[in-house]
This record gives sequence, structure tokens and C-alpha cells, in this order.
Amino acid sequence: MEVTTKSMPYGDWKDNEYIEGMVNELKANGVNVVVGSLDKLINWGRSNSIWPLTFATSCCGIEFISLGAARYDMARFGWEVARSSPRQADFMMVAGTIVHRMAPVVRRLYDQLAEPKYVIATGGCAISGGPFRHSYHVVKGVGEIIPVDVYCPGCPPRPEAMIYAIMQLSRKIKVERFFGGVNRQEKQQDFLKNHPLDKMAD
Amino acid sequence: MANLQAIVAEKFPEAEIVNGETLELNVPDAKWHSLATTLKNELGFDNLTALIGMDWGDLLGVVYYLTNTSTWEVVRVKVTTADRVKPMLHSITDLYAVAGIYEREVYDFYGIIFINHPDMRRLFLRNDWVGFPFRKDYDANPEVNPVRLDHEKVDDVTVSYVETAPGKIEKRKVEIFSPEQFVVNIGPQHPATHGVLRLRTAVDGETITKIDLYLGYIHRGIEKLCEGLTYPQTLHFTDRLDYLSAMINRHALCLCVEKALNLEVPRRAQVIRVMMDELMRISSHLLAIGTFCMDLGATTMLFYPLRERETILDILERTTGARMTFNYNCIGGVIADLDPNFQADVKKLLEIMPKAIKEYNKVFTGNVIAHNRMDGVGVLSEADAKDYNCTGPTGRASGWACDIRKRHPYGIYSELQFDEVVRHEGDSMARFKARISEMEQSCRILAQLVDQIPEGDICAKVPKIIKLPEGHWFQQVEACRGAFGVYIESAGGNQPLRVKFNSPGFCLAGAVDHLTRGEKIADLITIGGSLDYVVPDIDR
Repeated sequence: MEVTTKSMPYGDWKDNEYIEGMVNELKANGVNVVVGSLDKLINWGRSNSIWPLTFATSCCGIEFISLGAARYDMARFGWEVARSSPRQADFMMVAGTIVHRMAPVVRRLYDQLAEPKYVIATGGCAISGGPFRHSYHVVKGVGEIIPVDVYCPGCPPRPEAMIYAIMQLSRKIKVERFFGGVNRQEKQQDFLKNHPLDKMAD
Repeated sequence: MANLQAIVAEKFPEAEIVNGETLELNVPDAKWHSLATTLKNELGFDNLTALIGMDWGDLLGVVYYLTNTSTWEVVRVKVTTADRVKPMLHSITDLYAVAGIYEREVYDFYGIIFINHPDMRRLFLRNDWVGFPFRKDYDANPEVNPVRLDHEKVDDVTVSYVETAPGKIEKRKVEIFSPEQFVVNIGPQHPATHGVLRLRTAVDGETITKIDLYLGYIHRGIEKLCEGLTYPQTLHFTDRLDYLSAMINRHALCLCVEKALNLEVPRRAQVIRVMMDELMRISSHLLAIGTFCMDLGATTMLFYPLRERETILDILERTTGARMTFNYNCIGGVIADLDPNFQADVKKLLEIMPKAIKEYNKVFTGNVIAHNRMDGVGVLSEADAKDYNCTGPTGRASGWACDIRKRHPYGIYSELQFDEVVRHEGDSMARFKARISEMEQSCRILAQLVDQIPEGDICAKVPKIIKLPEGHWFQQVEACRGAFGVYIESAGGNQPLRVKFNSPGFCLAGAVDHLTRGEKIADLITIGGSLDYVVPDIDR
């Protein structure tokens, strides 16, 4: 199965092996015709209207503004509905450095997103701490505190790179299973089990 | 300066006076407050430009830079303490309002307690942080301060160390918010705070009665990181401080190192640097007015300026290869030569800009809603601008002529013809208009230089390993949001002992509480947008 989006031929994608791995995993367990068709329909809908949470801490956020403006125009893809409340958003673009003080806030925002939820780690800082990795106050990658679906490298990534990252995400959504949670939800639950919240204050 | 020296020597015989880059005074802590009073009230040093915490290994202390805003003389004062267990110095918050936030920063990083400061809490780090990270003996082991996922407790009560009699210090509790006050939390994740700023806001109905500022949600410890790197390695951090004036910040650090090395920068490089700075300024102001208008609900006004901003980013990208973090200036000049089409591109931009500015004014500036939202909102008086060290378009909109390009010219600014934009209303509208006028002035500078780029080297001959002599240097430039200062202290060698980025946004954030008191809560967004702080610049 060639998983792609309308605007890009399958051969132009990188990381096709990764997606194929997911497709195989999906096929391995077999699926009921009705449920499979329903899954397809649901995923078609989801993958074409993923709404971002307006969340930016530094430079990458400015490129995200450029992405929303006329030149790069993410409205072409159905992502322009940037929500300020996590409860209305589908995915979180972690754009910028995450520091110790911010970490619990990021985790809370993630917890507030409604299922199904996705995370894109944008820029060197969110991926690994970037140029600030050796600082006493920087989290070495947002993957330490929340599960990440797509990594988008750059410092900051160009808007084109961000478009590519979100398109990759929409491809990932297409090979998900709504019932049973293959490929995604189980892993997410494992991650959250391994990274428990110490205690919830206030 | 001689006169000043005589007065200080007569009044404070215990002060050690050194004639360096500026007049330098070393005073014992006991005399510091009275010296500061004299400097402010009798000698006209009414602006605290920078307050820098220091750790010399055996001594802890603070370096102050004070400016006389009528003569633009600068004086440096150093106050030290040998106590490393419970270091205490006298606060000058009663003389300079901006010291309130500066001193909290020093307490956070060095653990120096300021006597008589009304609010001795941490500013950037969590309340439960262990140790003081900027001390040379700080334990950086991640196990001491792991990534904590629990939410920190918010304080309604703080402590203050009050001197009741000379030498007698009493610890007192000070209330920030009383239990009766209604406190709304705004941020750190809020679309209108322009980043991750957190404001705990006490409101009475819709009127703001007090704002308690929480910083550090993007505190990356850049200054501490610099201490472990060589001078050329520190350069790239400046691009990521205030990423909207990346070129200018880097220019400041380069100038400071060049000053220390006594390095002559080739003329071509100097012209290129100034042109890049002005392009950066236009692009920053474009984004500033765009996002500001969007905060007020005018989404169209976001898209119009961003269109011109993309044109500028294209020009910058053709030369530097990047859209945002350019890494273009280097010690001794610039890193690469200009793109062959650079001049033609700039000329094209200069044709577009006047029309574009006219369009912005037509779309937004004259709009009655804009006037209702901005006129008379968040008025900052000239005296307060000096007191809170609000520089840049904010200070100039309040009538304080504080353009570093005019006051302490650097590069080739002294040869250029441009007006310093000064307005007197001091409200949000004035700050907005000041930005628009500054773009016009930047275009004027570009027009003067675009055909005057001389041939020649783009970088001076610089030793492979850059070692600075022992000493300290302070260099200010006019960044997009105000005076951006770089302080380097070196003990010799290829790594700095201390680098301090004295950012304009930090002081602007310090003035938010003062500006918003008595205003409506919706005006908080207007005021924040018109100040145009960039949070990584505040937090560093």
C-alpha cells in the first residue's frame, strides 16, 4: 500500500520504509472488512484536517507565523485553524527550546489535548536541546517528557520543512487503526506509564 | 568627568577610583547606597543601564553601569562581598525602579541577597531549584536538579530583608496578593503574551490592580554556557537571543570583542554590517506591528507587513543562506561576501517600502477602532522610561531621546544622516507610530549606503586563537527593541570569565506592572503588544 498525500507522489517521500513498516504491522493482524473501511474513512477525515495548537517558545514560532502567512499559506493543506486552547487542537508543534520550568506546562498541555493527539518536535532544541544541550536548565529533547510522532530538524526549520513534517504526520495518521490502537495508542500509553507525573499540585 | 571624579573623591574617600573605558568606582557595600543617592540626585545619573552579577571565585559582587541621561556620561561602580555563605549587599530599588527586576535576577543566579529589596524571590528558576547556577562552584549534576514534571507552588507571600538599624538585618514576610484579591493567571501558554511569559494578574472587576511577573519559561542559561566556550563559539548564541534582531545582537558581541582586541574592521565590512542591521530593524518592526495588530483583532494587518518581511528575508537569505539565525557577523568583519544582486534587491525594497507604509497607515493607523484601543493606553512618562530603563521605540515614544546610534555612535552611524524618532505622548499609539517612523528612517540609511559600499576586505586579519587580555568591556548597540548591551569580563585566555547580555526586553517586562496598573484587562494585551518584548530576549 502506498501511503501518500494528494500533493506529493510516493517516490518523493523520504522515510518510506518507516511508513511501510507501519503498513505491515497494520496488515499483520488482519482486519474485518467493515471495520477496515470505517478506519479508512475516519483516517481520511482526520489526516486532512489536523489543527495545530498555537504553541511556540522561541525562533521556530516565528517561522510558524510565516507558515501561516500568505507566502507559505498552510491553509492550502487544512492546517490553518491554529487553536489557542489545547482542547480544540489535534496536534502540538513543539516549536522552540523546552526548559525545566516549562516542562510541566508542556506536559499539562499535552494531557489537555483531546485524543487522538500528535506531537511534532520542531527544531534542534525540541529534538535534543540543540545548541543549548549543555545548559543546566534545558530539557534534552521534548521526547523526554511527551511522546513525539515526527521530528522536524533545523534551527529554525524553514517553513517548507515544517510543511513536510506536517505532511509526514498526516501520512502517519493514515495508517492508524481506530479500533484496537495499532501503531500508536499502545505505544503512547507505554510512554506515559514510563514517564509518570510525580504528583499533581494545585 | 574630572569634575565628577573630584566630587566623588571628596565625598567618598573610601572609594577607589580608576580611569578606564569609563570612570570606575569601587566602593564598600556600606557606602554604596549613599554613593548611589549622590550619583542620582546630585550628579544626574538617573538611569541604571546595567546591573551585572559577578563571581570572581573568592569574591561575589555586582557591577553597575549608570548613565547620566543629559550628558550621556557613563560610570561603572563595583560592589563586592567576600561572604559566600550568605552574601548581602544593599539594594538600590528605592532609587532606580529597574533595579527591582535586575536584583532579583542576580539573587537567582548568584544568591546575593539585597537588603531592603521588597521581593527576594527567584526570578527565572523554579522556587525549588537547588543552588545558584552562575556561581563558579555550582554543581551542574543533573541529578541535583532533574527535570521535574510536578507543577511548582505559586507564592502569594515573599520575603524581604530589611535593615532596621545599621548592621541589623531582619527577615520579613511581604504579601504579594492578599487572600481577598482575585488573581487571574495569564500564560505561560497564551497567544497574546508573545511567547512564554506568565503574568499573575490581580483584578478588581476588569481593572488590573497588580501584576506579578514570572519569567524563566525559556531561560536557556546562555550566559553561563558562554563561560565554557571560546569567543568565536559564543557568537551563535546572540542570534538566538532576540531572534528578530539577530544581526544587531551579534554585531554588539563582535564590537565588544573587537574593542577588547583593538581590532580595526575593514570599511566594507562596517558598511555591510550597518546595512544588515537596518534591514533587520525593518523586518523586526514589520513583524512587531503585524503581531501587535493581530492581538488587537486586525488579522489583515498581520498579513500585509509579513509580505514585505518576506522580501527582506529573501535579501538576507541570498547573502547569508538563512532566514532567521544568520550567523553572519564574525569577529573582525563578516563571514561571507554579499550576494551579487544585493544592491539591486535593496533598491527594489526601497521602492516598495514607502508604498507599503502608506498602505499600513491607510489600513490600520487611521482606523477609529485602532485609535480607541491605543490612544492614551499604557502611558509611560519620560521620567519613568528612564527609571525603568525602557529604551528603544518605547523610550523614544515617551520623549526620551535614547537612540544609542546617536548617543554613543558605533560603526559608521556617526557619518549617516537620519533622524531620531522621538514622540511625546508615551502611549501605545505613540509606540506603534514610532516603529513606523523608524522604518522610514532605516530606509533612509539604506538609501544612503546602497551605492556607497566600498570595495575591499570583508574581514580583518584575526589570530586563529582569539585571546582577550585581562579586563572588562561594555558595548551597547541599538537593537530593534532598545539598547542591547554586551559585557565581557576576561581573566586572560580564550574563554570569558563572564558574559552578560543586557537585553532591552528584560527592562520592558519589568515595566509591565507599572504600566498596566489601573488599566482594563483587555488593555494588557495592547500594552504588551506595543512594548513588543521577545521572551527569549528577556529570559536569555
